Amino acid sequence: MSVDAATVRRIAHLARIAVSEDEVPHLQGELNAMLAFVEQLSEVNVEGVEPMTSVTPMQMKRRQDVVNDGEIADDIVANAPATEGHFFLVPKVVE
Amino acid sequence: MTDLTSLTLAEARKGLADKTFTSLELTDAHLSAIEAARVLNAFVMETPDQARAMAREADGKIAKGDAGPLAGIPLGIKDLFATKGVRTTACSKILGNFVPTYESTVTSQLWRDGAVMLGKLNNDEFAMGSSNETSCFGPVGNPWRRDGSNTTLVPGGSSGGSASAVAALLCMGATATDTGGSIRQPAAFTATVGIKPTYGRCSRWGIVAFASSLDQAGPIARSVRDAAMLLRSMAGHDPKDTTSVDIPVPDYEAAIGKSVKGMKIGIPREYRLDGMPAEIEKLWSEGAAWLKAAGAELVEVSLPHTKYALPAYYIVAPAEASSNLARYDGVRYGLREPAKNIIELYENTRASGFGAEVKRRVMIGTYVLSAGYYDAYYLRAQKVRTLIKKDFEDCFAKGVDAILTPATPSAAFGIGEKGGADPVEMYLNDIFTVTVNMAGLPGIAVPAGKDAQGLPLGLQLIGRPFDEETLFSLGEVIEQAAGRFTPARWW
Repeated sequence: MSVDAATVRRIAHLARIAVSEDEVPHLQGELNAMLAFVEQLSEVNVEGVEPMTSVTPMQMKRRQDVVNDGEIADDIVANAPATEGHFFLVPKVVE
Repeated sequence: MTDLTSLTLAEARKGLADKTFTSLELTDAHLSAIEAARVLNAFVMETPDQARAMAREADGKIAKGDAGPLAGIPLGIKDLFATKGVRTTACSKILGNFVPTYESTVTSQLWRDGAVMLGKLNNDEFAMGSSNETSCFGPVGNPWRRDGSNTTLVPGGSSGGSASAVAALLCMGATATDTGGSIRQPAAFTATVGIKPTYGRCSRWGIVAFASSLDQAGPIARSVRDAAMLLRSMAGHDPKDTTSVDIPVPDYEAAIGKSVKGMKIGIPREYRLDGMPAEIEKLWSEGAAWLKAAGAELVEVSLPHTKYALPAYYIVAPAEASSNLARYDGVRYGLREPAKNIIELYENTRASGFGAEVKRRVMIGTYVLSAGYYDAYYLRAQKVRTLIKKDFEDCFAKGVDAILTPATPSAAFGIGEKGGADPVEMYLNDIFTVTVNMAGLPGIAVPAGKDAQGLPLGLQLIGRPFDEETLFSLGEVIEQAAGRFTPARWW
């Protein structure tokens, strides 16, 4: 499988990465090189094989249903580029 | 005083305990070495004031007789580990001037045991790379050069700063992370020892995430014993990482010098690649001969799905990366580019904040997870991963204790030499290491010799899950036979 220019633009939008028109051919070439490389997986017989979900055989641990952290709003917004009080600022979303 | 930087960690521990020198003297010697080696670009942030304060505290504890196992030992920290109050960037522009308000579990355990932080080390952006050339702070120089050449070589990656700093005697050991070979490949390129422990052995909490089902932290050090000492402090269960395993951490140092007599060492025939340099081939047989001389038994084994590990990795890792890196949105931390609306804010921020390699992987990951392609790519890759793991399980079920392979297909190469035209050329660096991450196993790289141009080469030992001790015992045999290698200083 390989991707065309329209697919590159669509993937970029899904990934929320702005891509200019003159970057598209270059990206298309690189993505197709990667897709050509992974193509060899299609020759492996995976009939009846379970997909891996956990690399170490272990029971998923469950946390206690208790509050064990919090009241650190200052810390949480400390690195934000734009805030007002304890709120993150973003461009207007709802008209 | 500069002699202090050439001690191993074990030697420094003894010197500190015997009061031959203080941690402050040891730390100052390293801070001077770092200053004199800025051309290597191994450190992206030096923290001399904090280092001296930590050294004084360690000296106080040593004097009182309540020193931890790493008391007063100066270390470098890969910039992927969150360090409280000290800028942490993963060497990406998108994290900008991020200053964590918390400490990663692994580093907090090193400080708990008395270690001293010298600063933050360079790495490939978000650990995506095999040469440390994708860092937003620029490439790192390898302290090793080809005989008679002035060309600066890469130290490998992604933990290139860690490997370069340890090899150049700028720190006694360093933290590193390994998703597809990022500890073992740079260790092999710099004649240092690097171990990627079993998945789940070290907590991932507070480490900038790349591919969560593959990422593991581990040390890079100048000897097998030093690596064992560091891993003991770094490892351990952490309730904050649900994939960290709740089993006791053994005294890894006790495994050093233990007899390897009667151990069964697998030599996988699939690792004998077409066109493999004769030097690598020779190194591999030499390593096998050393283990045999120490009483181990060599057996040929087969890992039939080896050739599919790298392509499966380049689906699984980018898929997980695209999901993990969704958090860089220009809203909560890091870089933010101006925009008219929220979608443009995300798109512009991520376009200017991510480097080319990261964008490429996020986009591939987005594609293989997108509607209509998930089964063909991601699901198939996860099935292949099951088969890769089964190859190793079958091998261990036959009584094999560890597997010996080359660490890398070549020695270090020059900056800008690889991957310019085709990204896959760079990816092939990890051909011998990536299988280990796919199967969640422990792997150690130990220096074993030099190529014809005088560059270091390493061997890799792969172990059973949670049997790092066997790797330390076998690694020590190789180190004793091959000796240790130090680069001639040119910086």
